[in-house]
Amino acid sequence: MKSLEELRKLREKAQKDIQARKTSNKPKVIIGMGTCGIAAGAREILKAVMAEINKRNLDVIVTQTGCIGMCEKEPLLDVQMPGKDRITYGNLTTDDVSKIVVEHIVNGKVVEDLAVAKLED
Amino acid sequence: MEQSIYRSHILVCGGTGCVSSGCKQAQDALKDELAKHDLTSEIKIVETGCHGFCEKGPIMIMYPEGVFYCELTPEDMPELVEEHILKGRTVERLLYTEPNSKKSIPSYEEIDFYKKQQRLVLGNCGHMDPESIEEYIATGGYEAIGKALTEMTPEGVIEEVKDAGLRGRGGGGFPTGLKWQFAAGAKSDKKYVICNADEGDPGAFMDRSLLEGDPHRIIEGMMIGAYATGADEGYVYVRAEYPLAIERLQKALDDAREYGLLGENIFGTDFNFDLHIKAGAGAFVCGEETALMNSIEGKRGMPRPRPPFPAEQGLWGKPSNINNVESYANVPNIIRDGAEAYKAIGTEGSKGTKVFALTGKINNTGLAEVPMGITMKEIIYDIGGGISDGNKFKAVQIGGPSGGCLPEELLDLPVDYDSLIEVGAMMGSGGLVVMDDSTCMVDVARFFLNFTQSESCGKCTPCREGTKRMLEILNRITSGEGKDGDIEMLERLAENIKSTSLCGLGQTAPNPVLSTLKYFRHEYEAHIYDEICPAGACEDMLKGYVIDEDACIGCTACARVCPVDAIEGNVKEAHVIDLDKCISCGACVSKCKFDAISQA
Repeated sequence: MKSLEELRKLREKAQKDIQARKTSNKPKVIIGMGTCGIAAGAREILKAVMAEINKRNLDVIVTQTGCIGMCEKEPLLDVQMPGKDRITYGNLTTDDVSKIVVEHIVNGKVVEDLAVAKLED
Repeated sequence: MEQSIYRSHILVCGGTGCVSSGCKQAQDALKDELAKHDLTSEIKIVETGCHGFCEKGPIMIMYPEGVFYCELTPEDMPELVEEHILKGRTVERLLYTEPNSKKSIPSYEEIDFYKKQQRLVLGNCGHMDPESIEEYIATGGYEAIGKALTEMTPEGVIEEVKDAGLRGRGGGGFPTGLKWQFAAGAKSDKKYVICNADEGDPGAFMDRSLLEGDPHRIIEGMMIGAYATGADEGYVYVRAEYPLAIERLQKALDDAREYGLLGENIFGTDFNFDLHIKAGAGAFVCGEETALMNSIEGKRGMPRPRPPFPAEQGLWGKPSNINNVESYANVPNIIRDGAEAYKAIGTEGSKGTKVFALTGKINNTGLAEVPMGITMKEIIYDIGGGISDGNKFKAVQIGGPSGGCLPEELLDLPVDYDSLIEVGAMMGSGGLVVMDDSTCMVDVARFFLNFTQSESCGKCTPCREGTKRMLEILNRITSGEGKDGDIEMLERLAENIKSTSLCGLGQTAPNPVLSTLKYFRHEYEAHIYDEICPAGACEDMLKGYVIDEDACIGCTACARVCPVDAIEGNVKEAHVIDLDKCISCGACVSKCKFDAISQA
């Protein structure tokens, strides 16, 4: 260790590895993981979300939820930006994931043509 | 798919307390289950140090949700993975249930045990991987030593620690900054810093938990102490009974060397420092600083007279600074955040927080870090959850074998160094042994004296012989052979031993006797003059139980629990105990709702 600068650089890198343990004030992606969701391919969606987040180096909470009753529209994925409404996207394929991540999480714009519901915060 | 970010971290407690309750088996089952569902690349298992809530171990915290699961078994893992990890549903039955409201609480911040705590020193324990230097750095680790080396002078560091008001957490409460100043003022070509991790008080385990849960914090604290005092070499003297602490500290030292945080020219300055671990063989007296240094040198662990103090002539005759684990653990926060922030917590004479180990007849056994000045009542009832089995509080023993027993009327006392001394106890290392009304206070005094008596190194006659004589008297009293004059003799011996022993062991060994005599003298008298142990704990004194005919309504509850069928009587008629059969187990006493049964 030669300087404080070096320590701080190391810290930034190390913080990325434990960011999953910080829970407040971060964008949140919630994936429907009821039996219906899993049957419709939710695991693949989740993997695609993780890959996209990794690729873009984002600090996002990825969590899951059970069946919300909209089984017909599975796989479902919700995005909630801090302090904003929770948007539900439905009938997803893995190809849609990148668009949602870029448009909604990075640029803050709801992807209207994929959105199926809005839950007010 | 190669993955650098995991979507979820599962923090599994791997402290000694949880190891005993089976966390390894639970963790193995969790690993198997994750592998079965092909989740190993998504979910990271992190083995952490102690969460403090040992009563409820094994403990796991699931992130990003922050859900707290406790008392887990390997059999719970399939459901936990299937429900929580795969489907995102909290497993209600594995959450912590608040004993009074019977409500399950998902987030650990909401649990009563944690609500009143202020975890600064223990902040990382249970929340990071103690074997990862990167995780320590991520939480701001080694920033304080970096700041000290590049932006502060040694004098500046000492001033900051003095200003913060940090006092020795090992028990004595001597101002840490002042101690450093003495060592810094000594002229020598070689100086040492030593960390006293010879935690010997029965019931105390905060030092072990710190070394197991956050070893880099201790290393950083020692580095700052070394820079301030001008030392370039250090020793951590840790009990050989703490294998996990030694293992994790060793790993931490290796990693710190690899990162150039130990070694030469640290942070590009001319500060050189390295550390060694010395495993102690488990003698209680080696917690005394001069005996400890003798032990490091390979000599017999015996204290020597002071002066010269270690700051002038310590290890191998060189100026040495010696502090307790918890004291060093406070230092990085003081330097990083400044003395002002630190002294905002605590009382006039005692700043910051103190870690207490809660044991005995208390619902929530574990480690609790609280601000100085909190009342004993808050620690025992709000954090500790009150007395177990619905029994009544009798006393709390604070400060280990050197401390004293406090009765119920002192529960509202704000806890700090000075207030405890005033009432005849001492902070000690912070072990709290809670006792209920089934505990005999004479027996407690005898227990602690028995401990110090066997741990006396034998150098000073009053300590070696005096404690032996005191123990003989206490043995006599608790076996029903106490006689007039015993109490006075105990008091005389106690005062003599206190004033004529060289080290802290002898000077404080009579404290448990003196404090129980102060607050529970009637129990001694009952043993000697009435030949009764009021708590019913001294077996030799029990002559069986009798039933008060007027109070007994003949409910038969006592007769049903008696293991030797010594109780006879018809329903709705007064019962009688056959003293020839009675084995004085007391089972009937605890069953009787009418207070009709008492000692014969």
